[in-house]
Amino acid sequence: MHKSIGQINERIRDGNAHVVTAEEMPGIVDELGEEGTLREVDVVTTGTFGAMCSSGAFLNFGHSEPPIRMERIWLNGVEAYGGLSAVDTYIGATQQSDTLEEKYGGAHVLEDLVSGKSVELRAASRGTDCYPRRTITTELLLENLNQAIMCNPRNAYQRYNAATNTTDRLLHTYMGTLLPNTGNITYSGAGLLNPITNDPKLRLIGSGVPIFLCGAQGMVIGEGTQHSPAGGFGTLMVTGNLKEMSPDYLRAAIMTGYGVTLYVGLGVPLPVLDIDVVRATAIRDEDISVDLLDYGVPSRSRPQVRSVTYAELRSGSVEVNGEQVRTSSLSSFRRARKVAGELKAWVEQGKMQLALPTRPIDPTKKVHPMHESKKGPRVMDIMDRQVVSVGENEEIRTAAQKLLKGETNHLPVIGSDKRLVGIVTTFDISKAVANPGNAITVHDIMKKKVVTTTTDEAVDIAVRKLEQNNISALPVLDHDGHVIGMLTAINLGKLFGGRWLK
Amino acid sequence: MKLLVNFSKGRKNAPIIAQAVKDTGVLINVERAVIDTSEGEALIEVPNEQCKLVRDSLTGLGATVRLLEHGISLDLSECVDCGACIALCPREVFSFDKEWKLVITEDKCILCGKCVPACPHQALSLPL
Repeated sequence: MHKSIGQINERIRDGNAHVVTAEEMPGIVDELGEEGTLREVDVVTTGTFGAMCSSGAFLNFGHSEPPIRMERIWLNGVEAYGGLSAVDTYIGATQQSDTLEEKYGGAHVLEDLVSGKSVELRAASRGTDCYPRRTITTELLLENLNQAIMCNPRNAYQRYNAATNTTDRLLHTYMGTLLPNTGNITYSGAGLLNPITNDPKLRLIGSGVPIFLCGAQGMVIGEGTQHSPAGGFGTLMVTGNLKEMSPDYLRAAIMTGYGVTLYVGLGVPLPVLDIDVVRATAIRDEDISVDLLDYGVPSRSRPQVRSVTYAELRSGSVEVNGEQVRTSSLSSFRRARKVAGELKAWVEQGKMQLALPTRPIDPTKKVHPMHESKKGPRVMDIMDRQVVSVGENEEIRTAAQKLLKGETNHLPVIGSDKRLVGIVTTFDISKAVANPGNAITVHDIMKKKVVTTTTDEAVDIAVRKLEQNNISALPVLDHDGHVIGMLTAINLGKLFGGRWLK
Repeated sequence: MKLLVNFSKGRKNAPIIAQAVKDTGVLINVERAVIDTSEGEALIEVPNEQCKLVRDSLTGLGATVRLLEHGISLDLSECVDCGACIALCPREVFSFDKEWKLVITEDKCILCGKCVPACPHQALSLPL
């Protein structure tokens, strides 16, 4: 059996369409079977509500008198793109305020506009014969704009990897606050309600397909940026009229220590054309696996801790190395349900009819990492290869002499197996001399917890280690734990004026 | 009941909570405490019926004592029921109900404030 999109739309127009949410589907298929469900159900609605950083809106302000060709533009102090001719701009959700920084950003401007609040436009221009005006400041409401068109380059991730942190430091990431020592797990996405999860082959979702976007009737433009459905990470580029949106489904947010983002409510109605659609939309949380990644490793390829399903993530805790670790969602399942529910009401009431893609989205694409023609500096490029070290059983006095002779402030301490066991600084030695106690050997005064680096680590990562630990030197270790260099604040000077800035 | 006790340590560095336990015979549960060289703040839990006794004892020892009637406060107009706070709370104050709505068990809260910056929507705040 097969149903056409025309038949389904006819039933929607007649008010007879049977519409269900993707959450209801598994139960219906259990009860009616696949054939029975195909006969019974016409439309399955999906929904998600979560942080979607790659979002923003095109705005047109209309012309002022005398006219201005805006080159630099701020909305409530948040800079918007000024390269779109005279009075157009694009405000991106994650752009932060010049003055309030992390406390206010593009997402807040969008939420304020949608909530009916006035927003201050400030713009500057060099002035031309046709656009003589140089500056403008004015208060604007959403209704004052000619167009306010949300256009989000990357929304509705098919699913998203969960996050944890195996280091001993508290981390602030776009996946929220991650406690040290695998203290919690965060995840995002609505699992079985996620739009692309219910159409992984992208047979139904493509260009021109109508959607729910932040309370407005929007549309899929096409594949989203970083679309990678081959690995289960498809994305959508979507658009909708900001003037029709509701603050219930568009919320600015701040991930502490990371920055501003926008919570977007998005849902796609799927026509039940054939058995394949029934099967795809009957997916359960148990069937959707993602990797639990260690965000303690600041690299593009973060190590996988284990694989988890959305069912496990949503249960409240996940077992990691024999211990139950509590989970927190960053997206709202309750609001995802509301999106799917509202979309269901729209279709039932005939407010929205469905369409098949006018252009399909490639379901086999895979995202590539950045092509980097030039490697950034690595620790090996700037480290000190002359290492002055001291044995752990040597006297404090010897260490002091070595520090003086080596003209350094940090002495790595080497154990009997030639490996690093600690570090002493001029401060440690001064302290030992100023407050003579029982300390005799280097072992007695050294710091045993040493933050280290490796030769092939990026300098930016090593610099973060220095900052986070409030220290000024890192021993550089080889694979066996031998000290083969030192990276100090002084070495960082090599970055300036050197070949890395060219 | 939860009491917030503020005290200055003075010259004698007197152990005032221990003294109050000894004087009243009430077993005080210290839920959270920050004590530095000159002053201290402790959040203590005492049985309801002995609250007045402990309060009077601590006041008599020079501390300022305030009854804490409220835990963390949630701004319902900002909360979107994401649940980012759930796993961060050391006392499991937050949970979802059957409809995935965030619920707070206020009496478990020890006002540590860990959840406040972790809320992406700035919906959580400590009562004054």
